[in-house]
Amino acid sequence: MILQINNLRPKVIAVCLIPLLWLLIDIAFDNLGANPVQALHIRLGDWSLRFLCLTLAVTPIQIVTKWRGLADYRQLLGLYAFFYGTLHVLAYLLIDHGLIWHMISIDIIESPYIWLGLLAYIIVLLLALTSSKWAKKLMGKNWKRLHRLIYIAAIAAVMHYFWQLKGNLAEPFFYSIIAFFLLGFRILVWVKNRQVNKIKTVSGQRTITLADEQSEMPETVHNSTKH
Amino acid sequence: MIIKSKKEIPASEITDPLIFKERRNIIKAMLATMAAGAVGISPALADDNNSAWANLPKGDFSADLLTPTPAESVKNYTNYYEFALNKKDSAKLAQNLRTDPWSVEISGEVENPGNYYLEDILRQQTLQEHVYRFRCVEGWSMVVPWVGFSLGHLLKTVKPLSTARFVKFTSVYQPEIMPRQRNNAMLEWPYVEGLRIDEAMHPLAILAVGMYGDILPKQNGAPLRLVVPWKYGFKSIKAIVKIELLRKPPLTSWSQFAPSEYGFYSNVNPAVAHPRWSQRSERQLGSSFFTPRRKTELFNGYGEQVASLYSDMNLRHFF
Repeated sequence: MILQINNLRPKVIAVCLIPLLWLLIDIAFDNLGANPVQALHIRLGDWSLRFLCLTLAVTPIQIVTKWRGLADYRQLLGLYAFFYGTLHVLAYLLIDHGLIWHMISIDIIESPYIWLGLLAYIIVLLLALTSSKWAKKLMGKNWKRLHRLIYIAAIAAVMHYFWQLKGNLAEPFFYSIIAFFLLGFRILVWVKNRQVNKIKTVSGQRTITLADEQSEMPETVHNSTKH
Repeated sequence: MIIKSKKEIPASEITDPLIFKERRNIIKAMLATMAAGAVGISPALADDNNSAWANLPKGDFSADLLTPTPAESVKNYTNYYEFALNKKDSAKLAQNLRTDPWSVEISGEVENPGNYYLEDILRQQTLQEHVYRFRCVEGWSMVVPWVGFSLGHLLKTVKPLSTARFVKFTSVYQPEIMPRQRNNAMLEWPYVEGLRIDEAMHPLAILAVGMYGDILPKQNGAPLRLVVPWKYGFKSIKAIVKIELLRKPPLTSWSQFAPSEYGFYSNVNPAVAHPRWSQRSERQLGSSFFTPRRKTELFNGYGEQVASLYSDMNLRHFF
């Protein structure tokens, strides 16, 4: 299994770069329409959000399918959310605003939708910086606390998408449904876990710590019963 | 096409179908002679190669310094929520709009209310080319050479009464062709916009029938649209079928949908942010990846002409 995954990894890394390649081709062939800068923002933002959703989907898929191999890719997917998010931010600063900082600062101050995007990006940035195994060991319990912020990032990113639009809400609506399911799933698991834990405490068993080196996301019933 | 009207149109004002057909021929002939390539075209069938109004005189406020945005960008980047909530689909679906024949009901506080055929209106008006900036509330802008005539001149022909304080414009209602009207999406349909009478009478305010020397593409508001260049783009209502002069301000579509976000005036103003985004700058269509956003100007750069209309008003309050 490990061998297989190791072989697969470079492929996954390459596949995740396809959206960028596709975007570069569209830029080169002037395929981005009448407002290419806006199209660029949406493309990069979209891919960042998609990778964020994929990162969040790892645990639910794992629980439903009981296949743990996917967990090895969670960090990679998260880093790609960060990668496309960074390009999204750079396009805003460099291309849209030409690094004219006084215009950028007033634009940010006056645009609540950007506050949400900024919040999502700062969270993803922090998660990316602390994504290594080394940081995880170093931070102990706090690592998990920090990485739970991914939920806030997802909600903020979807809101960021909604709030910049005058009319067409179909696409952000699609993402909000996905985010709703991904987050809803975790709330369900959390509630179930709590019930299981309560039963255990009552019956005199030692309460388990919820942290488990393997799972970064809320503990599954399966995990807690192991202890 | 039957134009719904609350007021009955006197028999004397109803156009005999025969005369109407003749009128259509007249307008076709007019367009044909104006066409640069001397190719006869009908308004509904105009295409890029035949330009109907190639060498029109420029309007008084057409700034020579402005470089028009490439026509293709203007044609492919337009909101038309009656058709679709995104720009790409609306440009495509708008091609289904029926624009021929077209008449405009002018009613309310006027001496000569009536249902006027577009050809009749055009014969009375002088067409000019008006190169205007166009700033969308979404934060993008373009420069469009409109072909049109003064709204004030049209209103004068129907003789507004002294009680007329506001002008209400209504867009076409064709739910069988317009999918978003059919399923009542987003706004209340038909689309409604409005101006104060002094704004409507201002020489900058025009009704456009063309752009880039040619007939208006359907997605850009054919066959007749308003252009008020100092206001955000959504004020410049498309496919107008009714113009009413009123005593009270009309409830306009976007204002009804989100009163805190879209006011009645909606003058371009960089100092008044939209509740969700800044209005300080705009992305100009046709500008390259290496051109930063343009700083938005008060009244979209037409302050010299229109600022006096609002001299005693708090623009933050009357946004």
